[in-house]
Amino acid sequence: MPWVTRGLRSGVVTTRYPRRPDGYPGPWVGSVRPRTSPPGEVDSGLDLESLCPTGAIRWEDPVVTVDRGRCILCMRCVRERPDIFVADGEVEVAVLHPSALVSPGPGSDDERALATLRTDLLRRTRALRRSVHIRHVDAGSDGTEEWEIAALTNPVYDVQRLGIFFTASPRHADILLVTGAGSGAMTGPLVETYEAMPSPKVVVAAGTDALSGGMHAGSYATTGGVTASLPVDVLVPGSPPSPFSLLHGILLAVGIVADRSGGGKQHEG
Amino acid sequence: MRSPSPTVLGVEELPGRLAELLGSGGRLAGVFVDEAPDERLRLVVVGADAGGLSISAGYMARDDRHYPSLSAVTPAAAWYEREIQDLYGLSAEGGAPQEPLLLHLAPGSPRPRPGLGSHLEAAPAPGESAPGASRPGAAEIRSDDGQVPAEVTGPGVFTLSYGPVRSGVFESVGYLLETPGEDLPSVRARVHYKHRGIEAGFTGLDVGHGVLLAERVEGVASVAHAIAFCQAVETIAGVSPPSAAELSRLWHAEIERVANHLDSMLRHTEAAGQAVAYARLSFHREALMRIRAMASGHRFSRGVVVPGGVSGPPMCDPGELLRSLEKLREALEADLELLMSTPSFLDRLRRTGVIPCELAALYGALGPLGRGSGHGVDVRASRPYSAYERLGIRVSGARDEGDALARQHVRVEEIAESMRLAVVAAEKLRELATGSTPDWCLPIDPGITGEALGSVEAPQGELITWVRATGGRLRRVKPRSASFHNFALFSSAFPKDIFTDFAFVEGSFGISIAGVAG
Repeated sequence: MPWVTRGLRSGVVTTRYPRRPDGYPGPWVGSVRPRTSPPGEVDSGLDLESLCPTGAIRWEDPVVTVDRGRCILCMRCVRERPDIFVADGEVEVAVLHPSALVSPGPGSDDERALATLRTDLLRRTRALRRSVHIRHVDAGSDGTEEWEIAALTNPVYDVQRLGIFFTASPRHADILLVTGAGSGAMTGPLVETYEAMPSPKVVVAAGTDALSGGMHAGSYATTGGVTASLPVDVLVPGSPPSPFSLLHGILLAVGIVADRSGGGKQHEG
Repeated sequence: MRSPSPTVLGVEELPGRLAELLGSGGRLAGVFVDEAPDERLRLVVVGADAGGLSISAGYMARDDRHYPSLSAVTPAAAWYEREIQDLYGLSAEGGAPQEPLLLHLAPGSPRPRPGLGSHLEAAPAPGESAPGASRPGAAEIRSDDGQVPAEVTGPGVFTLSYGPVRSGVFESVGYLLETPGEDLPSVRARVHYKHRGIEAGFTGLDVGHGVLLAERVEGVASVAHAIAFCQAVETIAGVSPPSAAELSRLWHAEIERVANHLDSMLRHTEAAGQAVAYARLSFHREALMRIRAMASGHRFSRGVVVPGGVSGPPMCDPGELLRSLEKLREALEADLELLMSTPSFLDRLRRTGVIPCELAALYGALGPLGRGSGHGVDVRASRPYSAYERLGIRVSGARDEGDALARQHVRVEEIAESMRLAVVAAEKLRELATGSTPDWCLPIDPGITGEALGSVEAPQGELITWVRATGGRLRRVKPRSASFHNFALFSSAFPKDIFTDFAFVEGSFGISIAGVAG
């Protein structure tokens, strides 16, 4: 009985995202990119590349790019070369194609390809729009992604209010949410889970480890991310991605929100 | 903290040395393989007793693939022997053939692990064939779950393969349960699904990148792993972090402990159907993660601990930090008090997952698991590091019931103490902010050469990290997590439990599979 009153004690703590932007995050790191002015151009980038533990920084004279699909947000580049790199608190970081993870952004060809992807995804997920069930599979994570995914069901994010549910059986699932660097021994169970899901289905790869292997990319025991094992539709960078980024990825997968470059459909409610 | 230096022995002397240690009330803290500076292999045994850690390094003859069995001396060594067999292809002499632990079980998977880059890989151990070929005589120990020999026989007993994809958002781990339907006479854990080859990943990195990988060994204990790694690096470099950095490290480590203990409780409340308690505690944990992000820019405090100190001052106003922390502390303690007087919750934990005190002592159980079974190891008190001595830690006494409830009690007490320490540390950080600009980090010689052991009390228990570096590059890093050491006891926790207790036993162990599988 005391729990009833305890439960009411704090009032409503739930975020209004995605209907309204959320006040959180404050001073924290969502993504790292080269400064826009000058637009990623530097004289010498040889020592820039070696700043990065995961090879996310590329220097092709004179342009320097950061691949957020590899970036683990360690901030070493921002600390050592604040004149070139900058971090921001962006949380809506999920995208539909690896090329959209590279800053400076994709060219117009890539934009056209992205538009095709968007249309294709929307066509597939139209039937799911009102309610989706998610099956999560860990394919070699460091354990943090699972905490952030589990946080989606806490009263602050409360994803059930958006018609999003986690399900035990892949046979009831619409979305496969994959984390981890793609450990060799999980490839089989991962693919089996995917095949057990009914169509239409969407794969969301969550976390830099899942996108590229992160710091485990060259390991004998991983496949350097899960993109080699599964057809990934939505990519959510971050090490780990915050709950808002995960939510953005899930909503993007079902066409409820737009990706950063402006496609998809805005929330209706 | 000073790192003990290795006592050099022949490998054949190790079992005797270990038996001596155990006989005088010590415990086995870890076993691993490392190359000596002269490229010979040595088997390193880390022991612990009242005097602290001790290291015995047994040198192996150049072409030897065997060492005398340590698991014959203590069962606590068994998982280490399996790990060494998988990762280095060395086997314990005189013991039964060991089931693989970390490497993929599928036929044809290379073992020992690829990429050893030394004479080890070129000549497979006897009984093993070259990678890719099927292994003669392997049918007894390998292959998929259905082919594993039964440990239990009897009417109606069947084997249930549970995992690696299980219901709920959990890390991947497989369990082989042998059961007549309700009891669980045999539970075996399969951790290899998540093996990422972490230890090999350290080789060749500089220490600045090394700490980033250390944070990812067991992500939920990022801070603890980073501190243990940096402690070893700082010992090699002969540097003591500035006192402001020690305070900041302590603050992050204690907040991390609370977050992990809450995770164990979230599992309990969810499994017990305590919906409101689950919602309240998950709300508190979210608040905690946000406080961490406020202070460090990262919800798991990554990037804070660096070799030589911390990467900088708290990112927010220390006064604001303190206010949020005190508010959370009050709400959390009130809810935990209510939880610990809710009979329908406590009844699920009482006499569930019992680890008797003798067993905990035999295995040298660590952290809350050990402390719930009368084995009170806490590095923060016994070998103080960071600012623990300065702030004065009050260690909660060990309990001897050995059940999930005892572990829950230990965690509740530890949360209170951690929150107290975090508040005190935040106050000191606020004082620092008003005074002069303190040092947060000291430079580390970029060409460091040497070897050392770091040890901290992670949320899961004592964590030790061995670091060997040459010319500023890491040659061998071996993080031994408490999760790895404790998980060997998991299968012993079920003699009186049934299926529906499984979630409580698992939750109360508080294991991170990433930290076990490496």
